Amino acid sequence: MLIAIAGLALLGFGLLSSVHGEGGTDAPLTADQPNLPTSSVAIDNFSFSPVSITVPVGTTLTWTNRDDIPHTVVSDDQKFKSKALDTDEKFSFTFTEPGAYSYFCSIHPKMVAKVIVEGAK
Amino acid sequence: MSAYIEDDHTEDGINRRGFLKCMAWAGTGAFFVLQGGVLKSFAMSDVSKRSAKELKGELSFVQISDSHIGFNKPANPDVLATLNAAIEKINSLDVPPAFLLHTGDLTHLSKAEEFDTLEQSLKALKTDRIFYVPGEHDVLNDNGQQYRDRFAKGTKGDGWYSFEHSGTHFIGLVNVMNLKAGGLGNLGTDQLEWLEQDVKHVKSSTPIVLFAHIPLWSVYPDWGWGTDDSAQALSYLKRFGSVTVLNGHIHQTMQKVEGKVTFHTAMSTAFPQPAPGSAPSPGPMKVPDDKLRSLLGITNVNQIRGKHSLAIIDSPLAG
Repeated sequence: MLIAIAGLALLGFGLLSSVHGEGGTDAPLTADQPNLPTSSVAIDNFSFSPVSITVPVGTTLTWTNRDDIPHTVVSDDQKFKSKALDTDEKFSFTFTEPGAYSYFCSIHPKMVAKVIVEGAK
Repeated sequence: MSAYIEDDHTEDGINRRGFLKCMAWAGTGAFFVLQGGVLKSFAMSDVSKRSAKELKGELSFVQISDSHIGFNKPANPDVLATLNAAIEKINSLDVPPAFLLHTGDLTHLSKAEEFDTLEQSLKALKTDRIFYVPGEHDVLNDNGQQYRDRFAKGTKGDGWYSFEHSGTHFIGLVNVMNLKAGGLGNLGTDQLEWLEQDVKHVKSSTPIVLFAHIPLWSVYPDWGWGTDDSAQALSYLKRFGSVTVLNGHIHQTMQKVEGKVTFHTAMSTAFPQPAPGSAPSPGPMKVPDDKLRSLLGITNVNQIRGKHSLAIIDSPLAG
């Protein structure tokens, strides 16, 4: 019985500590930095969060793996492709062309997501 | 726990209730014998009553899977220790296995030192022959080049191959390469064409053992637990009297019998994963320390002399 409770508590902790999803613009602009927008996507629980993100052209998107399993970030058309990211590792890509970019994790291909890049070239 | 088959009126070793009880034994000492397409099962306590001679058939081998060398998080910060425990268990089997099958995810991150550590560890195995197929964790970053350099000499394409042993035809398949967005495991046309040719001249009475990392049956597609083009592969094996499919990837035992084909998945030696749909995702399942080794284990496969079947025994590292 005690073991079961301990087990449940561990599971609960595991679930709590993995809810970290972040999205949206979060980098402050500095005086010596031109208007370069940044944005982030979290990878956790075998999913990308947010699963669909819209950003202006020129944005540098950064993916951070918060899962306890490695994942990759690979666009369907292979335009961007990360190496395998272990926990807390990051991958960044700057979108210089507008369009819709579907991507997935090449290790766990059921993990799919999208980046929509808006604006003029 | 032993659900002894007590109602055995027809002396075939099974009744429906017992069968269903046995199917719930995932991960415990379960002994299955397939006879003429019908699954028979015995409690481990019954197995010990049968002589080693009876169990010692023409063929005996062991499957391990998902050692994930390099993984260091809950529920198992020391996957090397549990791999070594599995090796010790194999070395102390009553009937020494002819060889070992490793059904993939040898390493966790395809790192050279992880492959090195695994190879070093396996040197302690008394069995000198080991056959491998890669998991998706073994082909990261370099399209599987390191894996193939080390473990796939003499194989075709991405590392598929076949061999004969004790009158049984073994086929190692690779279904973790070129995975498509939103897809499951994938064999690909080159491999399928090779497979069709490979079995063309094998007699239908020859038992077939197919082994690959990702399940070749639809265990749970939402979690990627299946192979998109496995039906095609199995269609080439329709005429065979006995087909056994051994997989890994899901870190738990699961079995399905479909006509003359027995599908079976092995436990991991590294960490367990949740039952299909019972958790938000198929990641490592955290369990209390004292429960871990009861959810990790090895699979022993024996051909019983005179029987048209392969007996599959899963045994955990502990309890």
